[in-house]
Amino acid sequence: MFSNFDFDVIARSWQYLFFDGMKFTLTLTFFATLFGIMIGTVLALMRLSGNAFLSAFANTYTTIFRSLPLVLVIFWFYFLLPYIGGWVWGLERPMKVGALNSALITFSLFEAAYFAEIMRAGIQSIPKGQGAAGYALGLNYWQVMGTIVLPQAFRNMIPVLLTQTIVLFQDTSLVYVLSLTDFLGAASKVAQRDGRLVEMYLFAAVVYFLVSFALSNLVTRLQARVAIVR
Amino acid sequence: MKYNWNWGIFWERSPEGVATYADLLLSGLQWTIVTALCAWIIALVIGSIVGVMNTLPNKWANFFATAWVELFRNIPILVQLFLWYFVLPELLPKALGAALKQSPNASFYTAVIGLGFATSSRVAEQVRAGIKSLPRGQSMAGTALGLNMPQTYRYVVLPMAFRIVLPPLTSEFLNLIKNTSVALTIGLLELTSRARSMQEYSFQVFEAFTAATVLYLILNIIVVAGMRALERSVAVPGYMAGGK
Repeated sequence: MFSNFDFDVIARSWQYLFFDGMKFTLTLTFFATLFGIMIGTVLALMRLSGNAFLSAFANTYTTIFRSLPLVLVIFWFYFLLPYIGGWVWGLERPMKVGALNSALITFSLFEAAYFAEIMRAGIQSIPKGQGAAGYALGLNYWQVMGTIVLPQAFRNMIPVLLTQTIVLFQDTSLVYVLSLTDFLGAASKVAQRDGRLVEMYLFAAVVYFLVSFALSNLVTRLQARVAIVR
Repeated sequence: MKYNWNWGIFWERSPEGVATYADLLLSGLQWTIVTALCAWIIALVIGSIVGVMNTLPNKWANFFATAWVELFRNIPILVQLFLWYFVLPELLPKALGAALKQSPNASFYTAVIGLGFATSSRVAEQVRAGIKSLPRGQSMAGTALGLNMPQTYRYVVLPMAFRIVLPPLTSEFLNLIKNTSVALTIGLLELTSRARSMQEYSFQVFEAFTAATVLYLILNIIVVAGMRALERSVAVPGYMAGGK
């Protein structure tokens, strides 16, 4: 079945695929996870704060982002960010943002909505008595959150956060719609240049599968370890 | 720096033909809904079968089900669609492959199959979790009453399991609706793709995306409300939230 296929194309292009494509994919995944968790944690704190305005804002933010397809959000920010930049810096014309920055901002803000829900569940999983005990000891809100609640919430949620990171890793392939050279974008460019769609897309699928599969097995083992402690 | 808002654009004629831009977006919405519904049927059927297989006392069935779930869960949906769309026709016998490629609605069929299979892995996980969450006593009681295994599943386990997993299935369906937008890469003219073409023709990018956003939000609200109603109407008294 594979007799007329040319798998040599992978040998010819693997450096481009991994050192350009995969490097971009992993960079985007890493920074979007980092910023996503940071923004998401802030959103979760807002959501759970007693302040009605902050809570409503965080709720609206997560609901809207979670109702929209990522592809649409990618397009939104790709066109919107130059205008926002131009408005903020008072420029004559829309600012040049670049597809890479645009993708980074999009993924951070979009995934923040999902991370916010995870962190909210994490914070709510900590018994109320712990926070109350902190306040009784004279700690203020930030000390209670920073030293008591969040470290435990974060720890309890590590498996879920990592699972979301795997989803994010797969989602980065959607930067294809901005013609960026992530791993799939690189594979697709080689595929079209050499007319080797079958080989390249199969190879891309295998690589994505191996990375995600290995990571999700890691998460399963981690989950077992976290579970034993409690 | 200024953006020229023009909300009247929706009633202007699009260069594609006789339709207005509003019609263009609504036809996109229709394709989104039709694709999502068709894919959901596939996902639900395959997902239920695979999910049940994972709970059977049979090593091979378990292995197959696990392999199925891992395969479709660990490859990005975009890549899966490319495999169905670009790769599958090349692997089939020549005549069949050519027929597939030339079929007029190839991207629609591909999207339905691709999204359906991808979502089936998630449905399978939910169904499995639902079955596993039932107390063992339920299926034991079925056996004690003289039901055989298929009957136990049919009359005892599955009716309860499906009720339990209705809420997570709702979010999987919502995910599926959102994921139909990925199929714009293989040429499906769904809502996001239509908003994008409206932007390309008219340069009224923010009006186009705002309209698409609002349509997605409305669709979301309708689905959530519908599923809540379904949950209430099938709730077993005394068992679920919402049951009386």
